[in-house]
Amino acid sequence: MQGELAVEIRGLRKSFGQYHALCGLDLSVPKGSICGFLGRNGAGKTTTFKVLLGAIRADAGQARVFGLSCSERWESLEIRRRTGFVSEQKCLYPYMTVEEVLRFTRPFFPHWDLELEKSYLERFEIDSKLKIPKLSKGYLTKLNLVLALCRRADLLLLDEPTEGLDPAVVEDVLQALVNVNAEFGTTIFFSSHQLHEIEQIADRVVIIDGGRTLLEDSLDDLRAAYRRLNFVFDENPRQAESRLRCYGPLLCEGRSVSLLVKADWEAAAAEARALGARLLDAQPVSLKEIFLRSLKGK
Amino acid sequence: MILSLNPNSGVPVYLQLMEQIKHAIGTGILRPGDQLPGLRKLAESLVINPNTVARAYRELEHEGVIELRQGSGAFVRQRAAGSTTTQLMKKGERMVKDLVRTLLEAGLSEEEIRRLVEATLLELCGASKSGERRRQTHAGRTGG
Repeated sequence: MQGELAVEIRGLRKSFGQYHALCGLDLSVPKGSICGFLGRNGAGKTTTFKVLLGAIRADAGQARVFGLSCSERWESLEIRRRTGFVSEQKCLYPYMTVEEVLRFTRPFFPHWDLELEKSYLERFEIDSKLKIPKLSKGYLTKLNLVLALCRRADLLLLDEPTEGLDPAVVEDVLQALVNVNAEFGTTIFFSSHQLHEIEQIADRVVIIDGGRTLLEDSLDDLRAAYRRLNFVFDENPRQAESRLRCYGPLLCEGRSVSLLVKADWEAAAAEARALGARLLDAQPVSLKEIFLRSLKGK
Repeated sequence: MILSLNPNSGVPVYLQLMEQIKHAIGTGILRPGDQLPGLRKLAESLVINPNTVARAYRELEHEGVIELRQGSGAFVRQRAAGSTTTQLMKKGERMVKDLVRTLLEAGLSEEEIRRLVEATLLELCGASKSGERRRQTHAGRTGG
């Protein structure tokens, strides 16, 4: 099912002194996908982005963008030419106006799309006469996004692009991302702690922790694989409890049992029935539950 | 056609989309020959992944509900699975209405009835909500 890869990372390691930021990270982002990048603070997301952009060098392992190596100087340059990046900090030169920032940025990118720039400035209602410090957080994000989008990047790396924005601006940003993905087939790899945003627009997710990949899958496959099974027993289910525990995290209250199961949940349901349980329902599971389970289950 | 999806419900979004489009056909909001919104436009207006819309359309075509015409978009099939489904749905609606009324009169609560129906579905369909099973049942119906 997977075609070409926009991002491919194999066994990536990076330490800062005693601190191991990446410990053999593996992940891939297929071309044309919108991939959510999940992990707790300090999981290694920003370090990963920096390696991909050639801002820091990994100690070991491989990182490739469109088949180009992130550690080779000239290939890395080509990567940066084809990649738009919005960092967590979103800092721009404070003494410039919006127009000046745009004029300063354009010459770096031979494929800069002036029409797209105009349409995004209008769509985002950005006043190009304003100085950077006058922009609110939402507008600063939007401007950063304009800078990333108008170079007609093939890949967007976005480090928590919607952090601290109000819901209306978040929707604007997500819509812009869906728009470039649909229109130009731009691959988008973005981190966020807002799981519902990722559920809304991503088709893939990568969950990392402690510099390692915990889970990497299509969102639809994840949704199809996980179920929360709710059972009720006629008697105290103590015995059944120990038998069912191997299928996943289990909650037990009185005679009712709730089980979070991956993949073989039909087998779990059958076993519970055999143990005398009545299956009440098999609920779909949100990404949040899957995320929390992945962190606990490692 | 007004679609409202819930990306956080845990149900694959493409399945939600398929259900709602089928529902729109079943209830006559969409008629045979009607054009569905363009893939890009729909993705942008719902703010969901374009691949998700593409997958829903592909599966709907596979089930014979819609027809994808190269370059001009997606259309509800003339003899869509809808027409037979509509009649079945109408019949089913009457049967369910009678059943629910009987159970309510017998003193069961709304929630209890819902649970009963869900548990029965689970029992009979093996709790499988996968597209695979659906596709099979649909193929069987349209083929026969």
